[in-house]
Amino acid sequence: MSPLRRSMLFLPGSNAAMLSTAFIYHADSIMFDLEDAVALREKDSARLLVFNALQHPMYQQIETVVRINPLNTPFGLLDLEAAVRGGADVIRLPKTDTPEDIDELEGHLVRIERECGREVGSTRVMAAIESATGVINAVAIARSTPRLIGIALAAFDYVMDMQTERGDGTELFYARCAVLHAARAARIDAFDVVWSDVNDEAGFLREVELIRKMGFNGKSLINPRQIDLLHNAYAPTQLEVDHARRVTEAAKEGERNGLGVVSLNGKMVDAPIIEHAQRLLERAAASGLRR
Amino acid sequence: MNQTERLHTNFPHLRSLTAFDTACHTIPWLADAEAKRHRKLCNSIEEAVLRSGLQNGMTISFHHAFREGDRVINSVIALLARMGFKDLTLASSSLMSCNENLIEHIENGVISRIYTSGMRGKLADAISHGLMDEPVQIHSHGGRVKLLQDGELQIDVAFLGVSCSDAFGNANGIHGKSCCGSLGYAMVDAHFAKNVVLLTETLVPFPNTPASLAQDQVDYIVQVESVGDPAKISVGAARVTSNPRELMIARYAAEVIEFSGYFKPGFSMQTGSGAAATACTRFMGDKMERHGIKARFALGGITGSLVDLHKRGLIEILLDTQCFDSEAAASLATSQNHIEISTNVYANPGSKGASCDQLDVVILSALEIDTDFNVNVITGSDGVMRGASGGHCDVAAAANLTIVVAPLVRSRIPTVVKRVTTRLTPGESVDVLVTDQGIAVNPARPEIRERLEAAGLNIVTIEALYARAVSLVGVPTPIEYTDRIVGVIRYRDGSVIDTVRQVKG
Repeated sequence: MSPLRRSMLFLPGSNAAMLSTAFIYHADSIMFDLEDAVALREKDSARLLVFNALQHPMYQQIETVVRINPLNTPFGLLDLEAAVRGGADVIRLPKTDTPEDIDELEGHLVRIERECGREVGSTRVMAAIESATGVINAVAIARSTPRLIGIALAAFDYVMDMQTERGDGTELFYARCAVLHAARAARIDAFDVVWSDVNDEAGFLREVELIRKMGFNGKSLINPRQIDLLHNAYAPTQLEVDHARRVTEAAKEGERNGLGVVSLNGKMVDAPIIEHAQRLLERAAASGLRR
Repeated sequence: MNQTERLHTNFPHLRSLTAFDTACHTIPWLADAEAKRHRKLCNSIEEAVLRSGLQNGMTISFHHAFREGDRVINSVIALLARMGFKDLTLASSSLMSCNENLIEHIENGVISRIYTSGMRGKLADAISHGLMDEPVQIHSHGGRVKLLQDGELQIDVAFLGVSCSDAFGNANGIHGKSCCGSLGYAMVDAHFAKNVVLLTETLVPFPNTPASLAQDQVDYIVQVESVGDPAKISVGAARVTSNPRELMIARYAAEVIEFSGYFKPGFSMQTGSGAAATACTRFMGDKMERHGIKARFALGGITGSLVDLHKRGLIEILLDTQCFDSEAAASLATSQNHIEISTNVYANPGSKGASCDQLDVVILSALEIDTDFNVNVITGSDGVMRGASGGHCDVAAAANLTIVVAPLVRSRIPTVVKRVTTRLTPGESVDVLVTDQGIAVNPARPEIRERLEAAGLNIVTIEALYARAVSLVGVPTPIEYTDRIVGVIRYRDGSVIDTVRQVKG
């Protein structure tokens, strides 16, 4: 599995053709959706398709996420049963407003894991925050369970709740900052919203640049064409890698000479800078260089 | 005894020389001011057919530059049927889905034999199921010229649709209403056919320039309402894609070119008509710009994507035997370095100079490719003909680097197979296979494999790709055929590389 979580590709659980090929695109995570992308009359068949797709050999090397319907709908618990028993790595809980929503999920997960012989705690969770309440409670949600790998902001319901609409990103300004801080404080990942106009590559890349600079781990994607664009935008440049190498070499040199702080081109190199450089080199090794 | 008789007496071997009569004796139209200028014009196609001397059993030809938008082939053959012609050989440079009306004329005996690059749709289906007594001869674009050159194929009357001509027969596809652009196929027919009938939408004053088809090749001219719909040229095989899988394959193919060793200033390339092949051009543009590498020429079927690179100064010269869209046709009309070439100049192995011999890199599509790299672009997984030979085997044989692009599986049908249903291009001509799930290099090209591996591309063996395809969709049940041959696959040199048998049921 990818050591990175930059791209999370949404797939409608009801689309058999997409389920049968999506592993070819090398997304960091694949998210089988049983919620909004699936029509009411296809809820049962989609659940069955996803249950089988999760066990497909080609999905064993990719992190699989299943977005279940909310647990207060007739479908939520059935979705959860199928996803956990099918072997999903992560359950995405939509419309998470409070830590109690996660607690409820946790209870079901423990029971299902015991029933099907999965190691208790092996099913990870990500919470989707889609309302003002959820944003306000982001810190508590992010700290609610050790199963949580990350929290994701979902824009469509959020902007409705905020009585605004999607625009240049101003409408998401506070939510992005709040979710990101909650995730970082809890040492978990943070994922940004989907970009829905797949033909507007320039707009997509502008938004990617923004969220990358803010510090998001990555983004939910709705079209495989966006994966390479996103990965490339997140890849370090040759210049960054060259600089990081010089920093780590200077640090090693300092260590040999018994110095805690060294200087590179007249600038101080201390522990945070060295750690940043090491992380950048790890990222470059995992993702390649930006083209 | 007059002078001529004396000449015959003194020199018996000069008896064939005749005495002068009048200035216009052998060229009577010069005596008539009207006939002098308009002797080739006919009021109807029927009149042109009668004047051409077409007889039962003869060979007629067409070009397919309008692809799915063609309006000449069906209408002329319907007319020949009404006129009572029988037992004709149809030698169209290719046939498309839009030619399904021909089924009726094959059934009623108007057409008895077919030479074509390919077939699609209901016509291909009917022929695959045994519609014709005589097998269809499938040739490549270059191979068709070779058959004409060698005399196996002799065109008695060529019916060539053009957008614009003068009353003398100087014609092109870049001016007028329905512009198909290059007349690369028609140029060959105009050269070889005994009689050439032009169907033109527009008549312009003499001399019409440029003259893709020249006045000294043309016998009769008929003005018609429409010869084709240019909007339908890019329907089907020549379409532009937004399919993420095809785009991904195109991106991989561009990476293969980048690291193959052939991507250097002055290189040359060709992209076939498949969606991924065409899309690869766009990715190449970015790479060429980033590395400051310009191509000397692009060859073959020209697309809007290639024209875009030409306009950006990334491809110096376009050698165009067929325009795949209106952007290409418009560019041919305006750019001095967008050159129209015949299929003889493009890819005839018997030509004194085929441009494909100068080509570095070509990207081609495949319906199937087997573990020996043999390619099938003719028959589908049901054994029914559904494609075209095109320039596939021509350019694969000639280019320095031949890349085949295809998805590993299509729905539940494997593309990489143990043995292709129909062999059209031999594996020895194919260097690299690019799929969505891995890239395989022909073992005959170890240096290419080394370069691509060094660049970090996902290189696997073709056997591994086959195994992966089988693991995904299983091994298909073999197609059931009868013993009857319905198609003969001619290699570009005219030899028989395979046959297509009638499918059962």
